[in-house]
Formats: sequence, structure tokens, C-alpha cells
Amino acid sequence: MKFTLKVWRQRGPDDKGRFAVYEARDVSPDMSFLEMLDGVNQSLIPTDEEPVAFEHDCREGICGSCSLVINGVPHGPDRGITTCQLYMRQFSDGATITIEPWRARAFPIIKDLVVDRRALDRVMQAGGYISINTGGAVDGNVLLISKEQAENAMDAASCIGCGACIAACKNASAMLFVAAKVSHLAALPQGNPERARRVMAMMEAMDREGFGSCGNQYECEAVCPKNISVRFIATLQREYLRAGIVESGLRTEPDSADQESA
Amino acid sequence: MTRLDAKIPSGPLEAKWDRRRFSEKLVSPANKRRIKIIVVGTGLAGASAASTLGQLGYDVECFCFQDSPRRAHSIAAQGGINAAKNYQDDGDSVARLFYDTIKGGDFRSREANVYRLAQVSTQIIDQCVALGVPFAREYGGQLANRSFGGVQVSRTFYCRGQTGQQLLLGAYSALCWQIERGRVTMRPRTDMLDLIIDEGHARGIVVRDLVTGQITAHTAHAVVLATGGYSNVYYLSTNAIGSNVTATYRAWKQGAAFANPCFTQIHPTAIPPAETQQAKLTLMSESLRNDGRLWVPTALSDRRAPGAIPSSERDYFLERRYPGFGNLVPRDVASRAVKSICDEGRGVGPGGQGVYLDFSDVIEQQGADVVRERYGNLFDMYRRITGEDAYQTPMRIYPAPHYTMGGLWVDYNLMSTVPGLFVIGEANFADHGANRLGASSLMQGLADGYFILPYTIGHYLATTRLDLPVADHSVSRAAVERVTGRLNKLLQSSGGRTAASFHRELGRILWDHCGMARSDSGLNRALREIPSLREEFWRSVVVPGSGETFNQELEYACRVADFLEFGELLCHDALYRKESCGAHFREEHQTADGEPQRDDERFAHVAAWEYREDGPPILHKEPLTFEFVQPTTRSYQ
Ligand SMILES: Cc1cc2nc3c(=O)[nH]c(=O)nc-3n(C[C@H](O)[C@H](O)[C@H](O)COP(=O)(O)OP(=O)(O)OC[C@H]3O[C@@H](n4cnc5c(N)ncnc54)[C@H](O)[C@@H]3O)c2cc1C
Ligand code: SF4
Ligand code: FES
Repeated sequence: MKFTLKVWRQRGPDDKGRFAVYEARDVSPDMSFLEMLDGVNQSLIPTDEEPVAFEHDCREGICGSCSLVINGVPHGPDRGITTCQLYMRQFSDGATITIEPWRARAFPIIKDLVVDRRALDRVMQAGGYISINTGGAVDGNVLLISKEQAENAMDAASCIGCGACIAACKNASAMLFVAAKVSHLAALPQGNPERARRVMAMMEAMDREGFGSCGNQYECEAVCPKNISVRFIATLQREYLRAGIVESGLRTEPDSADQESA
Repeated sequence: MTRLDAKIPSGPLEAKWDRRRFSEKLVSPANKRRIKIIVVGTGLAGASAASTLGQLGYDVECFCFQDSPRRAHSIAAQGGINAAKNYQDDGDSVARLFYDTIKGGDFRSREANVYRLAQVSTQIIDQCVALGVPFAREYGGQLANRSFGGVQVSRTFYCRGQTGQQLLLGAYSALCWQIERGRVTMRPRTDMLDLIIDEGHARGIVVRDLVTGQITAHTAHAVVLATGGYSNVYYLSTNAIGSNVTATYRAWKQGAAFANPCFTQIHPTAIPPAETQQAKLTLMSESLRNDGRLWVPTALSDRRAPGAIPSSERDYFLERRYPGFGNLVPRDVASRAVKSICDEGRGVGPGGQGVYLDFSDVIEQQGADVVRERYGNLFDMYRRITGEDAYQTPMRIYPAPHYTMGGLWVDYNLMSTVPGLFVIGEANFADHGANRLGASSLMQGLADGYFILPYTIGHYLATTRLDLPVADHSVSRAAVERVTGRLNKLLQSSGGRTAASFHRELGRILWDHCGMARSDSGLNRALREIPSLREEFWRSVVVPGSGETFNQELEYACRVADFLEFGELLCHDALYRKESCGAHFREEHQTADGEPQRDDERFAHVAAWEYREDGPPILHKEPLTFEFVQPTTRSYQ
């Protein structure tokens, strides 16, 4: 197979950037999209032209490194996968493929297709954890957690932090990402003591980092490689409301409110 | 001159770790704040260590090459993590986990280390649950377990097929908390390229900022390497593309002994390579062997579709050869069996490089939904990569380089032969001997990081002079110059070959001669080919762009340059070890029916290699004495 690639090239954050056109030849349908790009780079390097910079590591859909907008869609045309899990058999021979980086105010471009996503780490640092010390934890079976609860937490916890949801959103909102983390920890009893503080802190951090607000268009869910459901955004909104009530000193459920003010 | 002192505490096995903890000197809380520790790596080992050290009050600086600590290679672990909880009441215990691990490693690991690992395993699960790791649960709310190879109890805890992800996100969240509190300074997108040694002690590292290209020295009172394994020396492996040997190899060149480099694990169940430009191999988790059965057609020339072959004409070769453990034999045993079947010409799929992993029996007995719930994501992954539906037709699998038991030599306190340099996780050699059992690397990484290193490093810090200035400027400057010199050499070389082409060629040499089967003649051949390939590399590799910018090709060429040196050390060790044990199979040392022949008389030791600038590395032996178990011929029949 062969393809014409229109690839975004940008030397650095201050460069304006432009599309460059490359031909990808001798592509096998069993190649992954990134292997096809490797091939293009292998042909550029011997001519001393800088290869196209793009992010990748695990190449099996779990690390969240790979991040390409392919023909206008983050992670490309297939649903429920990352860029590295896309195979060339999905494209028709001879097609022209456009490749761009994630674009969002909170994700400045470093080079070509590589962006700076540290804003997501900073949102996590604001509250995406249970603050317990190492050592002294009680036996894992002391807390009984129903299968449904564990599965629900796991559904949310599957988020790989890739940022596709943000790249797909007109407002570059990080709601789905934050919703996934907040819902994961809110679904488990261990997460309960810090429930209110966590959601407040993460929402504030999200605003501070320049992510936009949610317009309820659900483009995020459509591109999410882990099929994180927008129902978690509803959970997030509920958690946020609830936290507001807790913060203002009103009691919600008698037991958990006590824990939270402690 | 390197001296190997394993510093194993005396006394009964069960009491060793308690004794050590009690006899250790402690650092006073007031002093901790003034003590700086560098942690390189944010996988399970590094993230758990950095967060715990931060919590203890040390001033921690933590590095990784990815853009976020959460993306470390540990994230990709699928199947699970072992612990001797005995929740299933099926006869498990600390002693049994200890014995399984020692036996699984073919009696090439230290008893004291392995026993401690089994002891702390139970705490790991509790710690992870407390951090919010959503382990699989039974309907009654208790933690669920599954089985892995090489054992007859069910002690593996899991989160669907994403256990590594969830454990790492747990450790990462603990790290986030310490970053927020100002206890840990996190430096992502930073590559460690050398180690700084001052007056014989590790006192810092030299790094390259991968965004700006700036090269700087970072000094500290102790350095912890948690930089993972070196399977990528084979080019194609199941590891993440960025996994590398650079950090540990550079430390080796600065004097840290490298132990058992030839103990490399080839995992039996990966998806066979499909085409020549392939960049990596994808693992199909060992947990699949709980329910999947391996087979090939009995007849040599049977080219029928798998569904058309009746079971009487199938050879379930693991069940036939190892009735006791069947499909759940350890990895080295399974990989060799697959290789010998394919060598006989009975392999299936393109080039005969594959065997079937078949789920039709379990689907028939328990239904596709049960299988989907257990392994759905793996089946999806398989379909995306091969275009085939494993619910309908058996998977095809073939062995792939996966994990490295070898690593920097460490004593019982996880300190290398360089004082002040600690090594944890896959980067050290300590616990798995000549073969690692499934679901025990995640266990070891978290044991080292949460529960062992934070104690043992305190003893070192409490007994060294901390009033000394941290790293003399001239040693830092010299280390920076070493790094800059190398990078410039790479950038100036102006041939026409890409770094990847050399990497692929190196991988081919090692896979052929230092892979699943090794021989005197093959290893000698590899030892001739690698140096000339390396010379060719320095003559004709091309690295476009400059060192002062984001330059992925430069990063990669640096790693390949180190693999090209390290590959030689790997073959040296394999040549030296004239026995077959665990994953190390020497063709000259096998029984009449092809089982490996261990030689405890001559090789019951750790081979620790010391770097020498002019000449081959020097071998040091740490004898392995077995006080509590009797080395036997490993049998899974
Ligand atoms: C596909 C797959 C599945 C697996 N499944 C299981 C399983 O189910 N159960 C199990 O027990 N084990 C499993 N393993 C093995 C296990 O995942 C690894 O052995 C383990 O995660 C290693 O952890 P680590 O913390 O030692 O290193 P890693 O997770 O490899 O982390 C290395 C860290 O070091 C950093 N680093 C490396 N080099 C440098 C450098 N030069 N400069 C700066 N930073 C550097 C990286 O950025 C990274 O943060 C699996 C492995 C693979 C490949
Ligand atoms: S919610 Fe989905 S798209 Fe967004 S960061 Fe997580 S995995 Fe990526
Ligand atoms: S490279 Fe890891 S998710 Fe794509």
C-alpha cells in the first residue's frame, strides 16, 4: 500500500509551523500506524532531514503517550483505541492522511506532533490521590467492596491520561479526565474521607491550567480510547455539588460529613 | 577492586529481616530534611520508593524520561501481582511463595532475599488497597485471585488485564501527593546519562533535559536507580520502546558490578511477528494459560484449519510432557517447548513460527461471556493486531524477549558495589534467579520501593559522613564532559545508516546466538560480530539535528550505542556459564530428552562482572549457599 501524508511540522513552541507532505511507500496492511510513520522517518534520517517528532512508548494502548490527530480525529478513525493501536488495514490504499498534534491552550507544542501535557499531572497533584502513609494499612479484606462497586471504580480508573478528550473538545475541557479520577476514588470507601476536598481541588486546578468548561457535546467520549463514559461527568458534577454543600458547613449524610471535616 | 559482601543477616530465615531492621541505624527526623536522595525511574519500584522517601522527610529529586511519571513501562503489566495471603485457603503461605520462587528461579537466587520478598508480599496488597487500587473482587466483596505459571495455588491479585496500570497509578498518586507537599521534585523528560562518583561514593547523576537539550549535573547524598530491564537489547521485545540499559550500563562503567546479565526471560506467549518493519512484540498475558491450551497438529504436514483438526490429531504438547503442571509450567519451560516444536517443523502460521493457544474448551464449558470478562481486553488486542477473532479460532503465539533477571549486583540492603548507589526493581538482579515466575516482578518492584529500600537506605545515610560537600565540582564537571563528548561524537558522525538499522542487526545477532538456546560456537560468533557492528555504528550512524533541542533520534542513538556495548557483556556471561539453568539454556548441557542440566558444583553462584577500561570484564563470584531448601532438579512433570 502507499499513502500521502500531510504532517504538521513545527520546530519549537515559537515557530509558526506548517504542513509538510511525505509519501509512505511499501506499507503493509499489518503495519501499525506508528510503524508506518517509523518507516517515513527511516527514509528521512539518511538524508539528514530531521525525522517527524511524535510521542510513543508502550505501543500497546496503555501508557497514554501516543497522541496524534489523524484526519481531524484524536487517535484516528477507529473507536476505542489509541493511535498506536491503529493498523494500516483501516485505510484504503492511496489515501491522503492528515496528521496533527493535540491542540489545546493547556497543551503547548514542543515540537512537530509532541505537546506538553504536564497540566494533567498538575491537576492530579492537586488532589488525585488518597493521602495515606506507606505502612500500617489494614488487611485488604477488611474493607468488603462489592463486585459492582469494584467494577465501576475500575471502569473509571482505566483512563490512561492521554488527553484525547481535551483535544476533541471545542472548549478544550478536561472534564472527562477529571471525572474519571474523581469517580474512581469516590466509588471506593477508601476514597471517602477526602472526597469533598479532592473534587474541589481538582476542579480549581483544572481552571487554573486553562482548560475550558464542559459544553455537554460529548466529543470526549467519542474519541476516548478507553471508552470512559460521560456518565462519570454526571458523577463529577454531583460530587462537586455535594462538596459545595459540605464546604459550606451543611451536613449531607451524617457519617461522611463528619469524616470530611476532620 | 570490587568486593562482594551480600551482608545477609544471621539467624533463622524468618527472623533475618526483623533483625536487620532492628540493627539498622536510623536517621533523625531533623537530619532527613537536609539529606538529598536522587531516584531515577518512576515505574513501580521508583514511584513507590520516591513517594515513601518523601513521606519519611527526605529531600527527593525524581527523574524519568517519559513526559509523565505515570507512563513508565510498569503501566503495561497485564496479568497480576502475587502475594502469600492464602485468601483461598488452598495451602499457600510465606514459606510456599518463598519455595516456589526459589525453585522457579532454578536455585540461582539468594534465600534470604527471596524469603523477605515473600514476607512483605502481603503488606503490598494492603498498601495498594488503601491507595484505592480497584482489585478484582468476589461477589461477597473479598479480593479475588487467579493462578499463574509454576505454582499450584491461586495467589495472584489482579485488576482485569491492567494490573500494572492500576498499581502504577496507585504509586503515582502517592508520588503526586508528595510532589504537592514539596517533598519530591519531579523531573520528567530527563534522561540519565552518567553517574557521578566522589571519593568512591555515588553522589549524583548527569542528565540531559530532553526538551532543551541542556546537560546538567545533579548531586545528592545517595542515588537510587529504578530504571527497569534491558530486554530491548534484542530490538524486538515486549517492553516499551523507550526501555533501555543506559542508566545501569553507565553505572557499570563507573564501577557497579553487573550480575548474571545472561539471565534473560523469553516469554512463551507473545503475538508472532507479522512483518519486517515491526517495532515491538505484544504480549498475551500468562494468565491466558489458566484457560487456554497450547497445541499443534500431531502430523508434520497437517495444513488444515485448526477447527478442522479433531482433538485426537492434536498434540497438546505441554500437557503431554508436563502432566503435573500442564499448560501452567514456568515460562522458560514453556518457551523451550514451543521452540522445539517449531524447530521440528510442527509450528503453525507464517514461517511455522507459532503454536495455537486455544480457548474453545473453556468457551464450550463456561461460555464466551466468562472468557470475555476474564480476558476481554487481551482478545480485543489480539484482534486489532492480527485481524483474527480468538473467540472463533485459536490464537497463534510465539516466544519473545520479555524480562531480565540479570541487573546490577546488590547486597541484601539493595546497595550496589558502589557505596551510596542503590538499585531496585527490574534493574537489580536480586530475587528471581535464572527465571522469574509470572506476577512476581510487580511484587518485587513494590516490595523494594515501599518496604525495603526506605529502611536500608537510612542505615547507609546514618553511617556516612554527610557533612562532606556533596560531590566535588571537578568530578561533576568531568562526568558532564564525558556525556557531552559522547553526544558530540554521535552528532558529528556522518554516515548514512540510521541507529535503528544497527539496533535491528544487534537484535538479530543476540536472538540467534544468545536467545532461547545458546552454544559455545554461537556465542563466540556473536562476540566477533558485535564489536565490528559497533565500529561500523560509530563510523556510519547518522543523527540529524542538534543537541540543543528536542531530538528523539539523538536520545535513541545514545541508547543503541549502549546496547551495542552491553550486548557483548551479555554474551560473555552466557559463554562463561557452562550449564543450563532456568532461562539460560546451553545446548551442550542437556539431558537425552532435552531437559536442561544444571551444574551446582561449578555454577551455584552469582556471576558479577566488573568493568575494566582496557580488557575484558573481571568476574567475581558470590557463592549461593542453600541452608533452608535443598536444590533439586526442577521438575514440573
Ligand atoms: C507487556 C508486559 C506485561 C507484564 N506483565 C507483568 C505481570 O502481569 N506481572 C508482573 O509481575 N510483571 C509483569 N511484567 C514485568 C513488569 O512489568 C516489569 O518488570 C516491571 O514493571 C518493572 O518495573 P520497574 O519499576 O523496575 O521499571 P519500569 O517500570 O521499567 O520503569 C523504569 C523507569 O525508569 C525510567 N528510566 C529508564 N531509563 C532511564 C534513563 N536513562 N534516564 C531516566 N529515566 C530512566 C523510566 O522513565 C521509567 O520511569 C510485564 C512486563 C511486560 C513488558
Ligand atoms: S478520559 Fe479517555 S481520552 Fe481522556 S485522558 Fe482519559 S483515556 Fe484519554
Ligand atoms: S504508545 Fe502507549 S498508548 Fe500508544
